[in-house]
Amino acid sequence: MGNYQYTIWILILPFAAFLFTGILSGKLKPSFTAAISIGAIGIATVLSYFAAIQYFFLNASESYTAIEAASFTWYRLSDTLVIDMGILIDSISVMMLVVITTVSLMVHIYSTGYMKGDDGYARYFTFLSLFSFAMLGLVLATNLIQIYVFWELVGLSSYLLIGHYYQKPSAVAAAKKAFIVTRFADLGFLIGILMLSYYTGTFSFSEITDPNGPLITQTIGGVFLGLSTLTWAMILVFMGGAGKSAMFPFHIWLPDAMEGPTPISALIHAATMVVAGVFLVARMFTVYSLAAPEALEVIAFIGAFTSLFAALIAITQTDIKKILAYSTISQIGYMMMALGVSGYSGEAGLGFTASMFHLFTHAFFKALLFLGAGSIIHAVHSNEMKDMGNLRKHLPATHITFLIATLAISGIPPFSGFFSKDEILAAAYASNKLYFAVEYLVAGLTAFYMFRLYFKVFWGKERTYENIQESPASMTIPLWILAFGTLFAGFLPFSHLVTTDGIPFDTHFHWNIALPSVGIALAGIFIAAALYKKESARSQKIAASLGAFYSVTKEKFYVDEIYIFITKKIIFNLISMPVVWFDRHIVDGFMNLTGNTTVALSFRIRKFQSGNIHQYALVFLTGILIATLFYLFYYPN
Amino acid sequence: MSFSEIFLMRNELLLVTAVLVILIADLSFDADKRKQFYYFSIFLVFIVTVSGLFPAKSGLLFGGMYQTGPLQAMMKNILNFSTLIILLQSWGWFSHVNQQKRIGEFMILLLSTLIGMGYMISSGHFLMFYLGLELATIPLAALAAYDYYNSKSAEAGIKLILLAAFSSGIILFGISLIYAITGTMYFEGAGQLIDGSTLSVLGLVLIFTGLSFKISLVPFHLWAADVYEGSPIALTSYLSVVSKGSAVFILLIVLNTVFASLNDIWDPLIYIIIIITITVGNLFAIRQRNIKRFLAFSSIAQAGFIMLGVINNSAFGVATVVYFMLVYMFSNLAAFGVVSAISAETGKESIDDYKGFYGTNPKLSLVMMLAMFSLAGIPPIAGFFGKFFLFTAAAEKGYYILVLIAVLNTIISLYYYLLIIKTMFIEKSDTPIPFFKSNLPMKISLVICVLGMVITGFTSGVFDYMVEMSDQLFSDMY
Repeated sequence: MGNYQYTIWILILPFAAFLFTGILSGKLKPSFTAAISIGAIGIATVLSYFAAIQYFFLNASESYTAIEAASFTWYRLSDTLVIDMGILIDSISVMMLVVITTVSLMVHIYSTGYMKGDDGYARYFTFLSLFSFAMLGLVLATNLIQIYVFWELVGLSSYLLIGHYYQKPSAVAAAKKAFIVTRFADLGFLIGILMLSYYTGTFSFSEITDPNGPLITQTIGGVFLGLSTLTWAMILVFMGGAGKSAMFPFHIWLPDAMEGPTPISALIHAATMVVAGVFLVARMFTVYSLAAPEALEVIAFIGAFTSLFAALIAITQTDIKKILAYSTISQIGYMMMALGVSGYSGEAGLGFTASMFHLFTHAFFKALLFLGAGSIIHAVHSNEMKDMGNLRKHLPATHITFLIATLAISGIPPFSGFFSKDEILAAAYASNKLYFAVEYLVAGLTAFYMFRLYFKVFWGKERTYENIQESPASMTIPLWILAFGTLFAGFLPFSHLVTTDGIPFDTHFHWNIALPSVGIALAGIFIAAALYKKESARSQKIAASLGAFYSVTKEKFYVDEIYIFITKKIIFNLISMPVVWFDRHIVDGFMNLTGNTTVALSFRIRKFQSGNIHQYALVFLTGILIATLFYLFYYPN
Repeated sequence: MSFSEIFLMRNELLLVTAVLVILIADLSFDADKRKQFYYFSIFLVFIVTVSGLFPAKSGLLFGGMYQTGPLQAMMKNILNFSTLIILLQSWGWFSHVNQQKRIGEFMILLLSTLIGMGYMISSGHFLMFYLGLELATIPLAALAAYDYYNSKSAEAGIKLILLAAFSSGIILFGISLIYAITGTMYFEGAGQLIDGSTLSVLGLVLIFTGLSFKISLVPFHLWAADVYEGSPIALTSYLSVVSKGSAVFILLIVLNTVFASLNDIWDPLIYIIIIITITVGNLFAIRQRNIKRFLAFSSIAQAGFIMLGVINNSAFGVATVVYFMLVYMFSNLAAFGVVSAISAETGKESIDDYKGFYGTNPKLSLVMMLAMFSLAGIPPIAGFFGKFFLFTAAAEKGYYILVLIAVLNTIISLYYYLLIIKTMFIEKSDTPIPFFKSNLPMKISLVICVLGMVITGFTSGVFDYMVEMSDQLFSDMY
């Protein structure tokens, strides 16, 4: 056990920084605002590492138990149903603390260079503190309502940060899209929460996920469309997670969200907020695994499908941030799939461990990739690959760190991504060969599109650049630190730290899986090298020969178009417009007609004899009549 | 009735006194002292509001025609407080020269309706209920037509009075049916004797629809948009918060006393009306270009959400509704405050005029943004908790499909609330509304609203208190 009360400061510090800089905005020097934000997150980072060491390594007992470090009752809805606010310390929340504070601190430092001279410099750091607070609160939540509140707060701060360049219409549109799409998914989450609380009488995670609790040991609720009510509730909860984690079909907001500043993409849209959905499923994993296995199958399917789907799109993109965005979607699909195929307890829970492991390593190398991309964009002033080439000469530090991250995401040993991906593939292989085949293919695709990006940007033809130079130390130092993490995070013995039931187990290395997966990764890299290392006509030829398929993937399978069709054409034109038309032409039109007729008689009379009011009274009366008839026929006494 | 018992009516008595004092004071303040007169009236309303904060006793008066308790006192406090805020927001409009003479008139009529609402909420008898209802309605029509030189305002007054009379007739018919069955006009007696016969169900439908008119539930809402648009803005906010709130409160009381045993029968009616109201309100709100019409339709949709708590006929349901009304008051009045400030300063009421408003008036824009977020229900602003508790109340009854539809509609509402924010913060205009300084009462009212929106969400004490009050109401009744 141990005392973890100090962890409350991990929440208080970023929030205090947000309040202080927010209230005094305009009165503080921008650099001072940044210093306060960095100081707050810096101390929070130290505390988080301390908590991690205390929890994982100074722990005398054999297993890891969940500890409520702090808790107080916030709202009392009934005698049993209460909303608490508190701090839950367990292996996944501690792991997330390390991820969030590390990446957030790196992004804070990096941003002092990247955002230099920006008009909204102070505002940016203020919102960054708000986001860090919200994200930390999310992972520390002790109950469903608390996680939901922080969940929305994370969405709100993401909205504010994506819309940072609010003078740019596309940025504003993207921010709004992200907000509304995730809100739409959250409606499932909210209803799932209400259903769960209805059946269990509690919001608390420790009670809901107790393996010996009533939710898991007893069958609760009825059956609806062949699945138990609990399964439906858990699917709805997953819907919220799918929205935040950009799972198909809610993935559409993430590529657009790249309109935000690049460090924001690194922090929110690569390392922290987008994995909140994975975290949510992991948090409720006991329930999924023991009481709602059908929901877990849905998660596995959507995860596997999304990872393939996004990898296919990533191949065709030309904007480097968009490639990384689709790659993120694809990698999160991996994590979801791994959770979906995992069993409970012991080695059967390898998928769970692997998913958390991949979440951890992915946070480092994907943040590194995004920050590297930021460094490139900072130097070249463009997102498009056609404006880049042979940059390894001009940006040596960025080049080396980017290469490390690219090797990691491609699954080349000894970089961290190799170890976590290997465990995911092993878990998939043990449970479902089809998913294994899909993820195996995706591993190859990943290596291909990442090295396509790498070769096109750092090799290839030299372009004409205007006074290009390597980014300042404030930007390259975070790159090196993250590269260090990317190199060594893979050696952590994750199966001894993060497991489904808190009891460590031993994993052995899966040679039969590691060798072929390295093989397909190398194959991907070689194809990419052959096609893109020296710009040639070959890639164009391949694109031409694949013809229709290439253009379909390039247009992202027309999902955006389908959304626009449904929202604009169906909801707007078919539902909202007719209603408005009805309002204007039938209701108002009728009034105008009667009004125009009577106006000929007398202006004075019109005021008292408006057809309008007749109309209103008529509708009123019709409403009463319908209600009465309804009762006469449905409730005859 | 002893002398001390009469103080159970403290709220109404103080209001009557305030009205009489204003009536006399109106004559004694000269034309150049109208501002002092305004502050004097505000001060009186302030005293009434503060006096409501003292602990309230439960008790009956006039042989049970008038009943009061802590929950009723709480409801009246919300209404008084809203009225105070609305009056604080009205100085910009009152200060126009041709308006100044008539401040007294406006105050007296407005406070008279508040007296009516007090009696209505505290009624234990249909006669008292009806008298309160009429007193709460008829002066409103005069106020809607207050800008008599403006034809839209006159039209609003006519529409309101005619349709209100229509709905009163319907309520009266319903009351007479209930009387025919039970032989009593007392809520408690009628509640014990009501039997679920066809006639009693018809009585229920008529009383419910008559009150739905005041709450502006679809399809009894058609008057709302026209009247909201035509009326002076102070009255628009009064109609959308105070008048609506009082009708919701009395509906809660009538349904849970007189019709408590018919709960299974009124559930499906409210169920359907919620769906229609929220959906229609939202779909109309999307396309409005006049800010007052926009707020009218958004408040129609909000009324639908309120009914989610009404459908749960328990102390918890009542508490969620009262809590939501409090939060809704802060949020909606913050929005109306900004609209009213702009309207008084520039006369502009079209959403397109708000383009570039953030550039010129950042503080007011931020207040408006907060209000929109609160109305849309984004945590951790109070609006979220208000809505969330309503959803919980409906879910507690097992109405998941209903909650699903309601939550779906919050997405639509988020869309149009964001449209307003987008207009103010992002869209460019060659002629944005120039910078102006708000007057002091307006500033005070907006600060109160903002604090209210933030604090009522974060502190659980408010909600806990309401649950406690509602429990007491239910234990008093049964």
